[in-house]
Amino acid sequence: MNTAAFIVIAILTLAGALAAASLKKLIHAALCLVAAFIGIAAFFFLLGAEFVGLVQIFVYVGAVAVLIVFTILLTHREDESTAGFNWTGVIIALAVFGGLTWTILQTPALSITPPPIEALTVKRIGEVLMTDYVWPLQCVGLLLTAALIGGLILVKEDR
Amino acid sequence: MTPTLQTFLIVSAALFSIGLLAALSRQHAIFVLIGIEMMLAAANLNFIAFWRFGSQPQSPTGVMVAIFSIAIAAAEAAVGLALVIAVYRHYRTTNVTKLDQLKG
Amino acid sequence: MTPWIVTNLWLIPAVPLAASLIILLLANSRGRMARALAITGQVVALTFAIVAFLRTLAEPGYRASHNFTWFTFGAHTLRLGWVLDPLTAAMLLMITFVGLWIFVFSIGYMAGDRNFTRFFAYLSFFSAAMLGVVIANSLLLLFVCWELVGLASYLLIGFWIHKPSAAAAAKKAFITTRIGDIALFLGILWLYRSSGTLLFYDEGNGCLEATGLLALGTSATFVALLIFGGAAGKSGQFPLHVWLPDAMEGPTPVSALIHAATMVAAGVFLVARVYPLFSLGAVDGVTPSLTVVVWIGVITALMASLIAVAQFDIKRILAYSTVSQLGLMMVSLGVGGVAAGIMHLLAHGFFKALLFLGSGSVIHSCHHEQDIRKMGGLRHLMPVTFLTYAIGMMTLSGVPFFFSGAWTKEEILHATAHWSRSSVPSYLMMAGVVLTALYMTRQMIFVFFGTRREASELATGQVRPIRHRTDSLRRTGGHAQESPRVMTVPLIVLAVCTTVLSVVLTPAWPWLHDYLNGEPAHFQIGQLIQPMLFVSLALVAAGVWLGILLYRNAGGTDPLAQTQPILFRFLENKMWLDELYAKTVLSWSTMFSRASDWMDRYIWDGLVRAIGAAGHFFGIVTTNFDERAINAGVDESATGTRGLGRFMSAGHSGQIQTYLGAVAVGMLALLILYAWLA
Repeated sequence: MNTAAFIVIAILTLAGALAAASLKKLIHAALCLVAAFIGIAAFFFLLGAEFVGLVQIFVYVGAVAVLIVFTILLTHREDESTAGFNWTGVIIALAVFGGLTWTILQTPALSITPPPIEALTVKRIGEVLMTDYVWPLQCVGLLLTAALIGGLILVKEDR
Repeated sequence: MTPTLQTFLIVSAALFSIGLLAALSRQHAIFVLIGIEMMLAAANLNFIAFWRFGSQPQSPTGVMVAIFSIAIAAAEAAVGLALVIAVYRHYRTTNVTKLDQLKG
Repeated sequence: MTPWIVTNLWLIPAVPLAASLIILLLANSRGRMARALAITGQVVALTFAIVAFLRTLAEPGYRASHNFTWFTFGAHTLRLGWVLDPLTAAMLLMITFVGLWIFVFSIGYMAGDRNFTRFFAYLSFFSAAMLGVVIANSLLLLFVCWELVGLASYLLIGFWIHKPSAAAAAKKAFITTRIGDIALFLGILWLYRSSGTLLFYDEGNGCLEATGLLALGTSATFVALLIFGGAAGKSGQFPLHVWLPDAMEGPTPVSALIHAATMVAAGVFLVARVYPLFSLGAVDGVTPSLTVVVWIGVITALMASLIAVAQFDIKRILAYSTVSQLGLMMVSLGVGGVAAGIMHLLAHGFFKALLFLGSGSVIHSCHHEQDIRKMGGLRHLMPVTFLTYAIGMMTLSGVPFFFSGAWTKEEILHATAHWSRSSVPSYLMMAGVVLTALYMTRQMIFVFFGTRREASELATGQVRPIRHRTDSLRRTGGHAQESPRVMTVPLIVLAVCTTVLSVVLTPAWPWLHDYLNGEPAHFQIGQLIQPMLFVSLALVAAGVWLGILLYRNAGGTDPLAQTQPILFRFLENKMWLDELYAKTVLSWSTMFSRASDWMDRYIWDGLVRAIGAAGHFFGIVTTNFDERAINAGVDESATGTRGLGRFMSAGHSGQIQTYLGAVAVGMLALLILYAWLA
């Protein structure tokens, strides 16, 4: 694993995330979020989970981010500002980061180098999905159906 | 210096914290959703990192979890955004501080 | 195999009882149906009584009983039954026959009365109860019917409920006889305890038979005396005689039936029935209990005849006469002349009923005037009544040959003369015979002879009559006249019977005497003339002659009252016995009841109220505790919870970011904890 690639991707992702969290204009934040997602996808590629990375791009960037943009479109008001900052949240977030990092650094078992692996083929993923993980697959399908219907109902206009 | 598991974990922790930051400190409902999505993505990264650095021979569990997590995140994002639209229609606002009917 | 009539002897009282119950259900207006039912009941009873009587003629000394078990309790069985013997049969005939004619008389006497129906119901009920007393083979059954007879007497004496004097008289009768009944009940208990049975005749095991009497032993005297106490109450013996004259407050048919012929006879009958108890261990025909009976009887007979000489109420004279005759019967039983006593009882039933009905006829036609000073000269106005009354008077006085009373009285005098204990009763009874003739002659002269006083007295408006009802005044226009046929026919029948009865009483053919004694009858014309016959003739003649002499010219006043005022007043006021009782027994009883009332009001009631107050106090304590302690505690805790809730709900700001932040902090804390612990 290439260190340089790691650093570049890390910087991209974190910058994008920070921007998404702190930008004033909503649409800018959404687009920076896309960048962050792409960064994460790159991480997945780096880690050897190519399929997941692609799925990440399809779903997150292609669906979720687009949804966010649509929603921004539908709920946009000229007079309303997206300003308003809550510093308590910053403190909590920092505290959480601190706690997590401390925990991670405390665990020596985690400082390991990446072992050599054989590539995980899509074929393999497909096989596993259909055999070991068939039930979770069905449940997710059901969940998605429910989410679809629920979403429709939620935004249905009452006449 | 090859990135160790710790590095990946710290990165994902940072992402998580930033997502939390976005969810807690911004007043717009969509920002909260953005934050939530970011937290989910960070968690996915965690899973894959552990999968990669996990025991040999590998089972595809980590990847499967991540895939399912992504699917669930998508469903949840859809519903959450539909909620935002519904709330906007009813209350004409997306400011979460103004949505305090549960007060008391 | 007991004959049909013996097994079904219960029908004799049952039929009048059924008639009585049916009449009680009738409306007050159905008088005709009431009297028809009552008379039918009595006739049916009479028929059965005749059948029973004929059965007893089968052999001398016939006795058959039918006993059955009523119920068992533990190891004891209670048996009841009825017995048929000459005593029973003779009493049954007398009661049903005399009762029947009194019922017929009542139709006329009570004709205008509002409560005609009720009267016949009570009469039938009384008849049933009396017949029950007579047939009973068990002392318990006898006692039950005895009490029912007392109840019927109470109802009938107090029949005119609107009269306070009648109510008082009924109460007095009931209470006085009750005192006697207590003694009787104690006697029954003692008897049951000693001999184990209350049946009289039970195939040798009855209490009057050999084994029973043996079991009693010496306690027989006490049992007999206790039973005599009950008999004394019911038969009006001294000192429990005070109710009988007051009982004349009832209608005259009631006086005739109950207080002449039947109920008062029940006491004498009872003594005769349980005679083996009295005569157990007799030495020369004398036992302590029998001696008591004799002396009480003597005192009663003499005292009552003396009082009768000074009475002015026509019914009172007859009432005291009854008391005196009952005393005489008791004397006869006491000296050993059981058959003589019962014969006199039967004859007395007939002629005393005749006399009472006759007086009822007189009272009825004199518009319910009862004072003999206000009557007079009625023999021309009411010939039938006069004639029958004269027959009755002669029978009672003891005019010999044609009248039954003489024969029976002679028998009694004969028996008393042969008493081994003392000859005093004999002489006193002879004096009694004289007195009886005397007061009856006095009554006859005052009522039927002389001039008619009522009209003159009323015209001058001098004297207020003793009246009971005045509606008959309108009918006859104020003058006395002969009573209607429905009233005179019974008089004639009874008069005929008293005369005819004498046929079976003569010493020549003492059929009744032998029948009652259980001996075969014999006929000896030679026995007709006896020495005692001349003695009694002399006594009666003396009495009548003395009476005519004294009262010949009596008008509205009594000559004896003028010549012997103190004696007369003493006798007129019934020897002040009622007043004595009032001062002693009644005042003690009142004192005791007042003391009980005080106890009840202040002590027992106070105790109850104290407990109530304690409960109330306890209630107050718990209420306060409940309100102040528990309620307050609960209220406080509720307020506290509310306050806490209010405090806690302040944390619910409704801001989702706050909630999310809280979750994040919590998660962090957990994470640190896990990391630290691991």
